[in-house]
Amino acid sequence: MELIPKIPVADWVSSFTEWVTDTFEPLFDFIKNDFGDFIEMFAEDWLMNIPIWLFIIVVGVIAFFISGKKLGLTAFSVVGLWFISNQELWEELMNTFTLVIFASLISVIIGVPFGIWMAKSATVEKILTPILDFMQTMPAFVYLIPAVAFFSIGMVPGVAASVIFATPPTVRFTNLGIRQVSHELIEASDSFGTTNTQKLFKVQLPMAKKTIMAGINQTVMLALSMVVIASMIGAKGLGQTVITGLQRADVGTGFVAGLGIVILAIIIDRFTQNLNTQRGE
Amino acid sequence: MPIIQVENLSKIFGKQAKKATKYLDEGLSKEEILEKTGNTVGVNRASFNVEEGEIFVIMGLSGSGKSTLVRLVNRLIEPTEGSVYIDGQDLAKMDSKSLREVRRQKLSMVFQRFALFPHRTILENAEFGLEVQGIDKEERKKKARESLEMVGLGGYINQFPSQLSGGMQQRVGLARALANEPEVLLMDEAFSALDPLIRKEMQDELLELQQTMKKTILFITHDLDEALRIGDRIALMNDGKIVQIGTPEEILVNPANDYVEKFVADVDRSKVLTAEHIMKRPETVDVQKHGPRTALERMRKEGLSSIYVTDAKRKLYGYVMADDVAEAVKNEQKDLKEIMRTDILKVEKDTSMSEIFNLIHDAPVPVAVVENDRLLGIIVRGAVIAALAGNEVNLNGIDS
Repeated sequence: MELIPKIPVADWVSSFTEWVTDTFEPLFDFIKNDFGDFIEMFAEDWLMNIPIWLFIIVVGVIAFFISGKKLGLTAFSVVGLWFISNQELWEELMNTFTLVIFASLISVIIGVPFGIWMAKSATVEKILTPILDFMQTMPAFVYLIPAVAFFSIGMVPGVAASVIFATPPTVRFTNLGIRQVSHELIEASDSFGTTNTQKLFKVQLPMAKKTIMAGINQTVMLALSMVVIASMIGAKGLGQTVITGLQRADVGTGFVAGLGIVILAIIIDRFTQNLNTQRGE
Repeated sequence: MPIIQVENLSKIFGKQAKKATKYLDEGLSKEEILEKTGNTVGVNRASFNVEEGEIFVIMGLSGSGKSTLVRLVNRLIEPTEGSVYIDGQDLAKMDSKSLREVRRQKLSMVFQRFALFPHRTILENAEFGLEVQGIDKEERKKKARESLEMVGLGGYINQFPSQLSGGMQQRVGLARALANEPEVLLMDEAFSALDPLIRKEMQDELLELQQTMKKTILFITHDLDEALRIGDRIALMNDGKIVQIGTPEEILVNPANDYVEKFVADVDRSKVLTAEHIMKRPETVDVQKHGPRTALERMRKEGLSSIYVTDAKRKLYGYVMADDVAEAVKNEQKDLKEIMRTDILKVEKDTSMSEIFNLIHDAPVPVAVVENDRLLGIIVRGAVIAALAGNEVNLNGIDS
């Protein structure tokens, strides 16, 4: 055993992270400051300025229509949101919502093109698959460390860690959705002389829409699951209340905040699922 | 010039294509090549021409390479060797841009499982080819609508494919292909997924449409009846090779080898064979030169109970019966016309055997095959039965 000394992997990773931090400092500062300000503005100046009753009514109306005019989802959304505001957790909810929205949006913007690339090339698929496995199985806490190194603390590193953790399902499902389009439809498209771009936008993406949307739903759920973890590095929101409850051994506070996350999760999940309809079915 | 010219076209599936083509040239069989290289021969040096306005059928069982062959024609599959000329341009050597142009302008394909886009309405499906070409919305909608009306689906334009029956879906497939106004229609087992009654209806409709469209159609099928029904010419494939090309009659009557012969053995011949194929050379007497005595002599020699009466130019006058002739000889009558009967059963040379069958079953004399009143041949009952049984077909009418 003594023949091979301990390989200093940890040192390598640390010095690599340091190198990245130093080299890309201007970029990270820009993201930390400007993007951080934007997120804060979105949460505090926009979302929190919407009267609570108006917010709840709008969500209720949207729920009513996207669920096919059924009352279940509508009632749940209205009562759930009212309950959170009743528990004086509205600001925390808005912060959490902001974190989830931004993390999901960025994940989708990155994930879909990578998914398409992966579907078009077997080599890319071979390279990306283990990377995606790695991203998903590495404990999410680990991402917090470089996130803090790059962006210090607050919402931005929370979003960054969530993006790493939440992007893989979108990439995978986009790849899967496109690969699942039947061979004959691809032949039909080719036989009419489509360019690759035409084929992608007129046939493959519309046909894969349902699968891609399922991936996006997964991404949103994973982003939400990062909320508590991200609050350990100072991301504001319901997660922070949970952590506070934990630190003070205050079961009640922790439970109520946890319930708030569950309510938000169910609303977002049902919303994204109901939006997932395919033409012609 | 033929609109499609296929020359020595081969497709090898596998990594050792070069080696396999060399073996092909050495004349090794598909199995031997599979054993030596692990590669599958899809199409083995196929050559044929398709003339403008013709329905050319490629027919073979599954695994014969016919679906691969049609995909080589529009290069959905890359050929390993050989050339495909469309309007004189070699598709196999084209860059992808020109290839796209040819596919957009000249070739349209209809698929076995319809291959309609499920997320598009019927109208949107029919306009797909035009949309891809960048034709503006109004015009492509108009053309797509016309094309849908042509196949009888004018009323369904806003439905989705899943709301339509199989037969209707394939009409959409046909309309989508026709909307492009292509020169060549490639139909890959287009009717095979339909149930038999609908299939027949679609075949009839295709033939009807073809009367006005006059498209060049390359039709792939595994169904010999279908091939014989709609094909102007048929290419028979086996193990990736084209074993025979010919008109339906030529293939039935004159199979090139044992394989084709076995293949056509079960065909309902009564629908394909015509009078021309089963008639035989008639014994006649000349109304101007011959009298009853000659007639009797000929009939005795050939063992006939009746004989047709013509003139030197083979114009048909009637027939005489042996009994009447014998009577006339006894009475020393000189003119055949006195005993000649004129209630002749006449058919044209392209009358189908199933019709002849109905005529012949109680006819006292052989049926006369005529063209402009000239006697071409006669059909005896035995020949009809033999032909239906598939053994002996007289080749009088066919150059062989």
